Amino acid sequence: MSQGLAHDAAGAVLGPGHPPGPGAGPGAGPGAGGGAAVRRVLRFLVRRPGLVLSGLVVVLVVLASFRPGLFTSRDPLTGVPSQNFRSPSAAHWFGTDELGRDVFSRVVHGAQLSLKATLIAVVVAFVVGSLIGLVAGFVGRWVDDVLMRFVDVLLSIPALFLSLALVTALGYGTVKVAVAVGIAGVAGFARVARAEVLRVRQAVFVEAARSCGARWYSVLGRHILPNAAGPVIVLATLDLGSSILAVSALSFLGYGAPPPAPEWGTLISDGRNYLANAWWLTALPGLAIAATVLATNRVARALDGEWSRQR
Amino acid sequence: MRGYVLKRLAQAIGVLWAAYTLSFLVLDFLPGDPVSAMAGAGSDSAEIDPAQLAALRHQYGFDKPVLAQYADYLGRAVRGDLGDAISTGRPVTSTLADALPGTLQLTGAALLLAVVLGGGLAVSATCTTRRWLRQLLLSLPPLGVSVPTFWVGLLLVESFSFRLRWFPAFGNDGLRGLVLPAVTLAIPTGAQIAQVLSKSLLTALDQPYVETARAKGAGRWRVHLRHALRNASLPALTVVGLLVGQLVAGSVVVETVFARDGLGRVTAAAVTAQDIPLVQGVVVFGALIFVLTNLIVDLVYPLLDPRIVAASGRKAGVA
Repeated sequence: MSQGLAHDAAGAVLGPGHPPGPGAGPGAGPGAGGGAAVRRVLRFLVRRPGLVLSGLVVVLVVLASFRPGLFTSRDPLTGVPSQNFRSPSAAHWFGTDELGRDVFSRVVHGAQLSLKATLIAVVVAFVVGSLIGLVAGFVGRWVDDVLMRFVDVLLSIPALFLSLALVTALGYGTVKVAVAVGIAGVAGFARVARAEVLRVRQAVFVEAARSCGARWYSVLGRHILPNAAGPVIVLATLDLGSSILAVSALSFLGYGAPPPAPEWGTLISDGRNYLANAWWLTALPGLAIAATVLATNRVARALDGEWSRQR
Repeated sequence: MRGYVLKRLAQAIGVLWAAYTLSFLVLDFLPGDPVSAMAGAGSDSAEIDPAQLAALRHQYGFDKPVLAQYADYLGRAVRGDLGDAISTGRPVTSTLADALPGTLQLTGAALLLAVVLGGGLAVSATCTTRRWLRQLLLSLPPLGVSVPTFWVGLLLVESFSFRLRWFPAFGNDGLRGLVLPAVTLAIPTGAQIAQVLSKSLLTALDQPYVETARAKGAGRWRVHLRHALRNASLPALTVVGLLVGQLVAGSVVVETVFARDGLGRVTAAAVTAQDIPLVQGVVVFGALIFVLTNLIVDLVYPLLDPRIVAASGRKAGVA
């Protein structure tokens, strides 16, 4: 059920162009239900201009990370030294830095690195955490005890300290920082996944499937997984925002990609040296991070039951 | 009650041991060799004497099998000796102890600010009858959790130190130097407190006892502060317990931004120098903070809700 809700909400976020999932109108016929559902999606979105704007920001950031050429034609790595420290203008939206590089172009190209790192972090946390939670909830007994005690230990160490310890062990670089942030996020996913599996395991339809002689793997794959996935997926979208923050904090501290690369956190730590005379070098890249995180958090909140509550 | 406290203490020691073991496991996979890095630091390009290297390995116990190293280190850790920092050669515990006062000041001030601001925001947002004001106030916490701490810090330095010259931009000196870093660190924490508290306040205001209090003629503020807030503060208290560890860890970023001396700067330097014993010490210290705050939170619960004392034996899992 919860998965159906998540799909509905996903359809709502994707916008009116996408027909809502099959769960939207169970009673109505496909033709009659379609028009009503589209109208409902439209009404839902019109009442939430913030959500539409957030969706737009997310789409733009994703576009920027795949096709940076769509937004800027300037080179992020080589600048015009004579044009350094220009404040924001029509020619350089975010101004230029100490080497005359266009900051807007660096932010756009940095989206690729930062988004890649964020996705790796979320995938690591999602896969490892869900697996731990799934095994703990499904197998139960001492396996559950051992795994959840391990998760408790992960929770007891502040996330940033845990990522820093992992960075010390793994070394510097975008991917390594991403993995470190991902592992620090494992505990949350494990807890939610386990709780969901435990909840679904008690359900009558699982008992029915068992009593019909279904094997454990088909109970797991056909009944428990699809029904337990919803809240975990919502958590993954929420984790996107905090992972962007964690990854950019680590690259701000200098553990991300090596210098010429325009990672978002690195951009700000570079601009820090010119704080007194060139505010735009820190303020505007930071604004890009804040807008992206705010937008992903807003979309995550919409996925988290806002669609289902309004009916 | 005594049995309960003893049980919680045993749990706390278990968590500390597990955190130590975990950090040992993680840091043991380190690909670099800290000993050759240390030997190389002293003599720039000169050949490193293999005998000297072996002696250093022996001194730090890196030539023993992993399990023996672990047993050795754990035995010393139990006695309060976390080894010597590789980059400076000083004991880890005294390095951390020296760095601690500055960070405690910072995190203490930030925690106070976060609780006051976050709590105040939640209470006034749920108490006001003006719709636009409520919408405005409730839109602040999501903003607060979305802004990068280091960016907020730099913006504050830019505007309040460089332009207005109200506060010093860098350094540890005095109360004036504490304001900007504490505000920076308090923003995400306060925002999370506000989110949790406003949610639980709204739930509490729907409860029948609130209606009873209203029916008896209690005013809006009285109902809010005396009846609803006390019950609604339990979830917020749990969150505060979890957030204190984050505050201490957040000092890494904030102390770097404001060039303050403290645990965060020590941590950042330790990671840069791949100083394993020091990083391990920081991780264990983080777990210690977590364990201590949760212990305190558990002891505060009964003060807010007397019913919890009766069930305290079963309450161990709540935090």
